[in-house]
Amino acid sequence: MSFLELNDLRIHFPTDDGLVRSVDGLSFGLERGKTLGIVGESGSGKSVTSLGILGLHKGGRAKISGEIWLDGEELVGASPEHVRKLRGKKMAMIFQDPLSAMHPFYTVGSQIIEAYRIHNDVSKKVARKHAIDMLGRVGIPQPDRRVDSYPHEFSGGMRQRAMIAMALSCDPELLIADEPTTALDVTVQAQILDLMRDLQRDFNAALIIITHDLGVVAELSDDILVMYGGKCIEYGSAEDIFERPEHPYTWGLLGSMPRLDREPTERLLPIKGSPPSLINVPSGCAFHPRCAFEGRTAGRAQTEVPDLLETEGGHLVRCHLPRETRRAIWTEEIKPNLEAS
Amino acid sequence: MVTFIIRRLIASTLMLVVVSMVTFAIFFLVPRIAGATPETLATRYVGRTATEATVKGIAEKLGFNDPVVVQYGRFLKGVVAGEDYTNGPVVEHCAPPCFGYSFLTRRPVWPELLERLPVTLSLAAGASVIWLIAGVAVGVLSALRRGSVFDRSAMGVALAGVSLPIFWTGLMSLVIFSYGLGWTAPGGSYTPFTENPAQWAYYLLLPWITLSLLFAAGYARLTRAGMLETMNEDYIRTARAKGVRERVVVVKHGLRGALTPILTIFGLDVGLLLGGAVLTETAFSLPGLGKYAIEAITNNDLPKVMGVTIFAAFFVVMANLIVDVLYAVVDPRVRLG
Repeated sequence: MSFLELNDLRIHFPTDDGLVRSVDGLSFGLERGKTLGIVGESGSGKSVTSLGILGLHKGGRAKISGEIWLDGEELVGASPEHVRKLRGKKMAMIFQDPLSAMHPFYTVGSQIIEAYRIHNDVSKKVARKHAIDMLGRVGIPQPDRRVDSYPHEFSGGMRQRAMIAMALSCDPELLIADEPTTALDVTVQAQILDLMRDLQRDFNAALIIITHDLGVVAELSDDILVMYGGKCIEYGSAEDIFERPEHPYTWGLLGSMPRLDREPTERLLPIKGSPPSLINVPSGCAFHPRCAFEGRTAGRAQTEVPDLLETEGGHLVRCHLPRETRRAIWTEEIKPNLEAS
Repeated sequence: MVTFIIRRLIASTLMLVVVSMVTFAIFFLVPRIAGATPETLATRYVGRTATEATVKGIAEKLGFNDPVVVQYGRFLKGVVAGEDYTNGPVVEHCAPPCFGYSFLTRRPVWPELLERLPVTLSLAAGASVIWLIAGVAVGVLSALRRGSVFDRSAMGVALAGVSLPIFWTGLMSLVIFSYGLGWTAPGGSYTPFTENPAQWAYYLLLPWITLSLLFAAGYARLTRAGMLETMNEDYIRTARAKGVRERVVVVKHGLRGALTPILTIFGLDVGLLLGGAVLTETAFSLPGLGKYAIEAITNNDLPKVMGVTIFAAFFVVMANLIVDVLYAVVDPRVRLG
């Protein structure tokens, strides 16, 4: 069994308008020291997945089923108090917007100290020293002075570094980063990604990066999971996803990614339509209303939910198109377009 | 910070001068515009049977014949340097700060205000502690159990609390708890804290509770709204992700984030109350500033009205200043300047 393993995880929210299937049968495994990128549009269920792992999906009436195994321990059925003790210690999270994710009324240092002292029985003085060490480690200059600053006195990049310091303060074995660079300037994004890569190597943690930005996962990930409508629609190594993607949605994501090696005059290839409602998920394959190749499945896409099947060596795809057809479309129709110059 | 406070203190003083001008204008100028003569003003200070000559003499002596500006100047001078009032055969010296001299009680106003202040202070202090704790506690619980039976009934009671007037709740509570059940003291008694703290609290208990009901209701609603907002903030999720205990999340992270507007209103409310809780003091016959103001107005005792108005305005202005400074203490993002 992997260090982290999800088995058929489902998180559903009953609402007045109907059942929202935010996560609908998700399974994957992740080893220590490895990085998994979870990619998808807004509303694909990627953030809910990460909150679910930490037991923070609550929102009152959320229904969770399936299994989450962390280091041999099952979390879905565990007591909330037990999961709370694991949070911050064994598994930690970095959030998207560090300005709103840090408490505006407490200093950066006191927030790190709080995180450390929840799980470590040490004096404030020792914890403060640790906080300064952590701030230095994530590359904040003059950490012994900055420790007493408030979040609003930091720049965006500094705040995200401080956020990372806070998440890593208890040496977690699983680190989940939810859109860690989305709120940052492009130049700072690269620094933060470098920092995360370095730190992951040092801490040997399992890392999950959640993003809608394929560029980010390309930087960091060993494996990539593409989510659509609460389900995994393609899973594979980073090489699989970037070199031999087989799902039309993944092609769409790649096509809508700005690239330097393309002519500026050329248009991006956006995916038409918008993400599906998670209440009224389209029948059959959830992607079929937006899929350009839906016609080649002889109508199955509209009626039958495709299974997630292995196409080759751990590369999984959820698509009705026959494997040969997919490969042919990729090499003949999609790839040349992406690389056209 | 220091320059901010100094600047605000100067502004506050100017504000008080303006308040005194307006008050002065209302009580001395407006009657003149409405047709009152120095003589009619003076008749208030003499018996109904006084001769015309007496009235003229009084009007002259009290300076009602002088232009209003001169009269106001005399008032200001009294505040700063004191003033002598001739009352019949005796000359009373009204030491600074002299806010006027009441010919009805034959005493300067200022010492009377100082005598009444402890009563109002006691009332405001006790009630504010009760309503702050009760209001915030109910508000937090309501927010956490939004839509529950507790939330709905608490908000129902809060609505009633805000809506019911003190002279009704005060009298009803007197009827039930004091005259009916005999649990608390009837109105009309007050023992200074320094004499007998237990007696002091016993006499003030019912006024405290009645007054806090009015305010607690508003604070409960305010706290509930604030908590509903902050508990959805990202930093609450962060605190939970760190493994912070839920109780600590609620108080240290949630309530702390919702506290700023509550403190603001609290400061202003207390400031306002220090000028006299008119209805409560009247309902319970407490000899505080509010009752003093009512007596002054009923007796048409203008120097007292002037004095108590400016006194009350002083507390409101100071409360505003304190709240502004507190703002920077509570929210580190606020810079004073």
